[in-house]
Amino acid sequence: MEHVASKAIEDHWDVEEIRNEFPLLKNTMHGKPLVFLDSAASSQKPRVVIDAISQYYSSQHANVHRGVYALSANATDLFEAAREATRAFIHAQYDHEIVFTRGTTESINLVAHSFGQKHLNQGDEVIISAMEHHSNIVPWQMACEANGAKLKIIPLLDDGTIRIEDVRDLISNRTKFISLVHISNALGTINPIQEVIDLAHHHDIPVMIDGAQAVPHLPINVVELDVDFYAFSGHKMYGPTGIGVLYGKEKWLEDLPPYQGGGEMIKKVTFEKTTYNELPFKFEAGTPNIAGTIGLKAAIDFLGDLPSTSIEQHETSLLEYGTSLLKELPGLHLIGTAPNKAGVLSFIIDGLHPYDIGTLLDHQGIAVRTGHHCTEPIMDRFGIAGTVRASLGLYNTHEELDQLASAVSKAINMLK
Amino acid sequence: MEEIVKIQDEIIDEFSFFDEWMEKYEYIIDLGKKLPLVEDQYKNEQHLIHGCQSQVWLHCEEKEGRLFFSADSDAVITKGIIAMLIRVLSGQKSEDIAKCDLYFIDRIGLHEHLSQTRSNGLTNMIKQMKMYGIATKASSYE
Repeated sequence: MEHVASKAIEDHWDVEEIRNEFPLLKNTMHGKPLVFLDSAASSQKPRVVIDAISQYYSSQHANVHRGVYALSANATDLFEAAREATRAFIHAQYDHEIVFTRGTTESINLVAHSFGQKHLNQGDEVIISAMEHHSNIVPWQMACEANGAKLKIIPLLDDGTIRIEDVRDLISNRTKFISLVHISNALGTINPIQEVIDLAHHHDIPVMIDGAQAVPHLPINVVELDVDFYAFSGHKMYGPTGIGVLYGKEKWLEDLPPYQGGGEMIKKVTFEKTTYNELPFKFEAGTPNIAGTIGLKAAIDFLGDLPSTSIEQHETSLLEYGTSLLKELPGLHLIGTAPNKAGVLSFIIDGLHPYDIGTLLDHQGIAVRTGHHCTEPIMDRFGIAGTVRASLGLYNTHEELDQLASAVSKAINMLK
Repeated sequence: MEEIVKIQDEIIDEFSFFDEWMEKYEYIIDLGKKLPLVEDQYKNEQHLIHGCQSQVWLHCEEKEGRLFFSADSDAVITKGIIAMLIRVLSGQKSEDIAKCDLYFIDRIGLHEHLSQTRSNGLTNMIKQMKMYGIATKASSYE
């Protein structure tokens, strides 16, 4: 097949130039050039991110918000510059609405725990969807269990989408919170989050969006969305592991009790009573992942230097091309065929186990993920044990998808 | 114990004839397809060894101090590796099974299937086979 779509964006999108920024992409796997199709699990890192972390530890490290000496003051400046860059990246109103966490999982746990503690009571309800990652299921189960509340699930249609009518039907006068994934890691579905937020707000219900898969693909504007909480991770958007973000509207972050206690989050401590620090420090107990925030800023700057519409165009073109190639393979079924979809090609093949396919792809240099992708309820919904998932990043090429299709075809021949 | 070493060396020798990974895996897939399955009555929760990626069912019977294994998996490559483990361990003395070093897996380049990330039930299956060995050995000295 001709790479018509790739030609169309060639003028302003040089994927080879971008690939040169990612040292690891030059690796081989089992002696074959690496075809990395697992960015939804964790993306690779551009040199600017690696260098920023290395430079920080080589010449800039000291604890933040502590010392009066120049090195500590400088580290604090770098740390707070990362917060400002993150604010600008998602177009939040204030820096103090950006809380640094370990990742999306911790961001969700923070909200589930603190919101649950203050606002969930016996008989209250929290709504999530059937396509959530375990990290947007389990924290809410725990919060519901701790406070006597119930979890309500938005059902999933055959193409991997949800209907706004079903959300409307689930909302009751006991609904206290809605937490929904922006883009499904297992299916690629882009959810109609704006409609859900508008609907929820009509009923005075706050909404959290799990944006882990969305931030590397789409521009995010939390003010336009009017979302109450938005969570994402550094490592899925070309930044380091161990750093994540919780955006929360000022009024909500002021309202919620702290999640963890320790240094940094306090104003005054006596054995009788502790008063808490102001935002965002109230939610940042202990020494933060300073290097992580610096790496995150480098990733944000890296993405900022690329035209964001081109990231979308390139990835959409890859997705369409990959879909057309895989559909040709005998017995292959794509799981997740939402009309509005990003970055994920999840599939099963009649009579073959994902583990076997993944193993045979690995030996052909192709890195994909197999299994349930931490979304067991989705697998149950489709009556399957797992899928093979190829997920796309801005550095993937149409040629790599050709290689994927031919490697899958080879695996089918070997296993049949 | 000599028997366990001998069979492992035979397998290593057989694998040395494969020039490339595809031949090796075609052989393993073939073994997997031929593996006598665990009887349906044993393919239940009690005999299931959970893995994140693939599942394994393992049944063990003891006869005069020797252990006889039958097993199955939902993934054919896992099954092929199980077939080799059964070839090495089934019918051996329980104390030998408990003590033996299963070096052949590394030597034929399949250690990756035992790494934590694979979570295919194989690591736990080997542990379980050895546990049967230890348990039988212990009870025979009571």
